[in-house]
Amino acid sequence: MAKIVVDVMLKPEILDPQGQAVGAALPRLGFTFAKSVRQGKRFEIEVDGDPTPAQLAEVSKAAQTLLANPVIETFVVKVEK
Amino acid sequence: MKVGVVTFPGSLDDRDAARAIRAVGAEAIALWHGDSELHNVDAVILPGGFSYGDYLRCGAISRFAPVMTSIIERANTGMPVLGICNGFQILCESHLLPGALTRNHALHFLCTDQRLRIENTTTAWTSNFTVGQEIVIPLKNGEGSFQCDDATLAQLEDEGRVVLRYVGENPNGSRNLIAGITNARGNVVGLMPHPEHAIDPLTGPSADGLPFFTSVLTALVGK
Repeated sequence: MAKIVVDVMLKPEILDPQGQAVGAALPRLGFTFAKSVRQGKRFEIEVDGDPTPAQLAEVSKAAQTLLANPVIETFVVKVEK
Repeated sequence: MKVGVVTFPGSLDDRDAARAIRAVGAEAIALWHGDSELHNVDAVILPGGFSYGDYLRCGAISRFAPVMTSIIERANTGMPVLGICNGFQILCESHLLPGALTRNHALHFLCTDQRLRIENTTTAWTSNFTVGQEIVIPLKNGEGSFQCDDATLAQLEDEGRVVLRYVGENPNGSRNLIAGITNARGNVVGLMPHPEHAIDPLTGPSADGLPFFTSVLTALVGK
């Protein structure tokens, strides 16, 4: 079943101490690939059947209102099979 | 004079806020998050705590509680509203105040007696202070880092809307050491530190928090 996914990320100019802490922990475990890490949130929303454009528009509105805080975050709405 | 204190699921400091209101001779009215009725209060305090478990973002879910719809409406027509800690976060999520509170830059939950400087004494909640006055009241939070974009920061500074600042080392990474701000009208104030825990030297580090509560009475009497 397809689901609607909302990815929320802090805006690039907003300090992300959680991402920095994860980034600092990686090399301690021998993972040396990361130049930087930023942490976000992912929402998976199930609907009946395939999502319609109207549903996606509603989800965007919900993301703007509740799921993300537009003052500090950006979001992307997409459909995953 | 009636000052309402809202209890959300997860509020912690509603009792101390009510105690501070009684200490200055006003009547404290308990308001419930699920009830949009404000019971004829003259002012409202949104107390500290972890409303809705801080789920999603601090204050993000409380902002849509029925009581908040009434408070936002009244705040926009001039009713004094003070948001302390979690209450400040709720005011930012409600867009009654600009910016947002994010995770402390060192990631630690802080609990300390914090020195602060009063910057603006024209608001409904700070008129009984003097500009430049230093106070010591408790600061206790995990997400108290005040963040906003450059344009908003410039506007807050230009309009003198920074109400108080941290003195000394920046405890949480807040921009320009901002500990509290006000709206353009001066009736809505949000701050991270806790004046309601500093109304009596017996139970707090000082009585430096009291003027926040006497100020609002002065503002209401002057109307």
